[in-house]
Amino acid sequence: MNKNCLQRLAVGSIALVSGSAWADELNMPVGVTEISRKIYGLHMDIFMVCVVVGCIVFGAMAISIFLHRKSRGAVPATFHESTTLEIVWTLLPAIILVVMAVPATGVLVDIYDAGGEDMVVEIRGYQWKWQYKYLDDDYNRNFDFFSNMSTTQDEIHNVSVKDQNYLLDVDKPLVIPVNRKVRFLLTSEDVIHAWWVPDFGIKRDAVPGMVNELWTIVDQSGTYRGQCTELCGKDHGFMPVVVKVLPQDGYDAWYAAQVKTERARREALSKTFTADELMAEGQRVYDTFCVACHQANGKGLPPAFPGLAGSQVALGPVDAHIRMVYEGVPGTSMQAFGKQLDAAELAAVVHFERHSWGNNTDDVTQPKDVIALMEGQ
Amino acid sequence: MSEASHHHVPAVHDDHHHGPASGLTRWLFTTNHKDIGTLYLWFSFAMLLIGGTLALIIRAELFQPGLQFIEPEFFNQMTTNHGLIMVFGAIMPAFVGLANWLLPMMLGAPDMALPRMNNLSFWILPFAFSMMISTLFMEGGGPNFGWTFYAPLSTTYAPPSVTFFIFAVHMMGASSIMGSINIIATILNMRAPGMTLMRMPLFVWTWLITAYLLLAVMPVLAGVVTMMLFDIHFGTSFFNAAGGGDPVMFQHIFWFFGHPEVYIMILPAFGVVSQIIPTFSRKPLFGYDSMVYATSSIAFLSFIVWAHHMFTVGMPLAGQLFFMYATMLIAVPTGVKVFNWISTMWRGSMTFETPMLFSIAFVVLFTIGGFSGLMLAIAPADYQYHDTYFVVAHFHYVLVPGALFSIIAAVYYWLPKWCGRMYDERLGKIHFWLSFIGVNITFFPQHFSGLAGMPRRIPDYALQFADFNMISSIGAFVFGFSQLLFGYVLIKAIVSGRKATSRVWEGAHGLEWTLPSPAPYHSFTHPPKVVEAEAHS
Repeated sequence: MNKNCLQRLAVGSIALVSGSAWADELNMPVGVTEISRKIYGLHMDIFMVCVVVGCIVFGAMAISIFLHRKSRGAVPATFHESTTLEIVWTLLPAIILVVMAVPATGVLVDIYDAGGEDMVVEIRGYQWKWQYKYLDDDYNRNFDFFSNMSTTQDEIHNVSVKDQNYLLDVDKPLVIPVNRKVRFLLTSEDVIHAWWVPDFGIKRDAVPGMVNELWTIVDQSGTYRGQCTELCGKDHGFMPVVVKVLPQDGYDAWYAAQVKTERARREALSKTFTADELMAEGQRVYDTFCVACHQANGKGLPPAFPGLAGSQVALGPVDAHIRMVYEGVPGTSMQAFGKQLDAAELAAVVHFERHSWGNNTDDVTQPKDVIALMEGQ
Repeated sequence: MSEASHHHVPAVHDDHHHGPASGLTRWLFTTNHKDIGTLYLWFSFAMLLIGGTLALIIRAELFQPGLQFIEPEFFNQMTTNHGLIMVFGAIMPAFVGLANWLLPMMLGAPDMALPRMNNLSFWILPFAFSMMISTLFMEGGGPNFGWTFYAPLSTTYAPPSVTFFIFAVHMMGASSIMGSINIIATILNMRAPGMTLMRMPLFVWTWLITAYLLLAVMPVLAGVVTMMLFDIHFGTSFFNAAGGGDPVMFQHIFWFFGHPEVYIMILPAFGVVSQIIPTFSRKPLFGYDSMVYATSSIAFLSFIVWAHHMFTVGMPLAGQLFFMYATMLIAVPTGVKVFNWISTMWRGSMTFETPMLFSIAFVVLFTIGGFSGLMLAIAPADYQYHDTYFVVAHFHYVLVPGALFSIIAAVYYWLPKWCGRMYDERLGKIHFWLSFIGVNITFFPQHFSGLAGMPRRIPDYALQFADFNMISSIGAFVFGFSQLLFGYVLIKAIVSGRKATSRVWEGAHGLEWTLPSPAPYHSFTHPPKVVEAEAHS
């Protein structure tokens, strides 16, 4: 801990000298979009107005405190009103406000100009991850994926060294092309979240049952990071937003690869897996989707998040188990994972839960079982 | 009042017959405005320490990146209860306590208008807060959805203890409504002859306006928590989109209460410093009339700006523009107040006793909070500030060195009148400087973390926020522990302070200073004659 402190102090003082890294800690980022630069301009303008007014007001106060003190023999004046002064210091701030409102209105109108987009991405908030759906006119080129924080529990609990992108890294970032108008449709599947990328100057709430829209045109490729900014429960601090902005050709190649992966995923639904394959895939799914609540040891955090080790569900009939994961438990934090996982992933995670932490049912769950069960109803 | 004018007996003599009861029953059954005022003030001091302890747990966890002491689930309970306890348990009851002690003395009345209701409105509070704090020890934990309790996090996804939280909020609301009715009834009916409305001390004016705000919005809060209760237990869908409801409607209703609530916590503070600054400047308050009008304008505007808390929720352009313009407008009457305070000091003959130090710090630091408020009003810029530490810094600047400093200033200022003894000036000044330095070290760096992108209400943060969080935590501990010194200074004064004169401060004006120190149990048993010199200071 001590070493950490020293390190940071050192980094801090170096940054002070060099100036650049420190500036990131002090002020709003200028950002990489026209809107973010306009917002930065507004921010600095209003800040400077506050500084000037502050200097006048606090200056007058300081002079008064210095000069008009009893210990210097000041004799109190008797004046106590002036209609002229009151009118002046009502009108003057009002005029300053109007002068500031004009550019602010202009920027706001620009922000609301959401039409004429080149592509659309739907963003869904979940406790505690983001889902990105690429909406293409051609149905066969649609795909979606989840973006989970990739910082490990060991880093969070100070067991291992923290990565430089601690808490700001995900397994699969959102990928968009540079210099294209991207329109985002934003909603949520559970509580209210907020999607924010400071460098783009955009932030909007993801509200269940409502679709909000946002747009951006990024003019520099790179990786940009943000976080969920609306309290959304236990792991609110652990759902970062990461956006990778690629040049057009890089983006096209990435897109084609995604379409291909999507085709392979659809094919996997009809396959039969070995128990080992199911355990490995199940472990991956569990660590991504289930571990936050049910915990790595399967003991959960009762009563809000029940344990799975030795639970009636995990040791009972497999159909009921699949159904619970697929449909969730309404009115609780247990989500309907049928919306987030496909049949292959569901089968794997159910199999995994039935064969871990001392649970040992002698069944094997395959994708076709999940499909049969869900189509059968 | 007519009774009092029949027998012309001095107040001191009257005191003989109607002294306080002895023992515990004095406090349980009291209908005396001073006893109830004392209860309110000690209650809010206790809540300040409890709420402050929760704040220190938060700051201890945020001292370094990574999870050190508490888990995220518990962290959320800490932020939620810290906010609720400070707003409803520390700041609001302290102002009601000040109103209880001061209104009858300032207006020339013997007591509050409705003394039995006064007793009830206080004694509800300990039960409400015991219930709310007890949720922390219940299975599933206490409220963990932020003091703004946005649905559906506070309904569908809430811990089972949310029902106790709802009932506690109902009780706090009932207490506030009764308190405000009492204050309105007292101010409108109990003024001594000659105490016209435009002669009332500004503290009385600001409380009159505050009481109307309370009366208007506490029922709205009661309504919104009742709708939550129905959603949770009776199958309605007010805030559930799947049932045809709307989670955003929750925010509209909440902030229709919440924004006036912000002014409920700051208008009486304006009143307090408007009493103190003239006293220590030895010069009458500058622009009394404009102060009254400015307070009224702020109160009116507070009802039409609520959605500036919701700029990122997704509103039509016209809505954003309306709420942006209306919010910016608040800067005008607020500015008028600040200019008037400075003009009061200008060419005065100032001394800097502890109440004055806290009042000057109030003017400076509240103004800084006002500046960041103006920045937040600019809707496009708010997209970057919203729900970051910039907002945390902003509202702590108006609530801690704002509302809380004014309460501390008021206690130092009127304590000699209350208990007849002076506090230790040297210790008072040490308390001031520790608080002033502590509060700035705590909250000023949070502006930077917010601008750099640190969201609020997170138990852990990215590495670039580490320096400022560490500084902020150190400041918080300095500030927190210096409030223990405040308690010591108070007790020392009450127990062994030197005797105070009736005027106490050289430059003090107002009816309360015509009473002996300590003030008699029934303030004015027959109405005083209000002369211009003792009218508003």
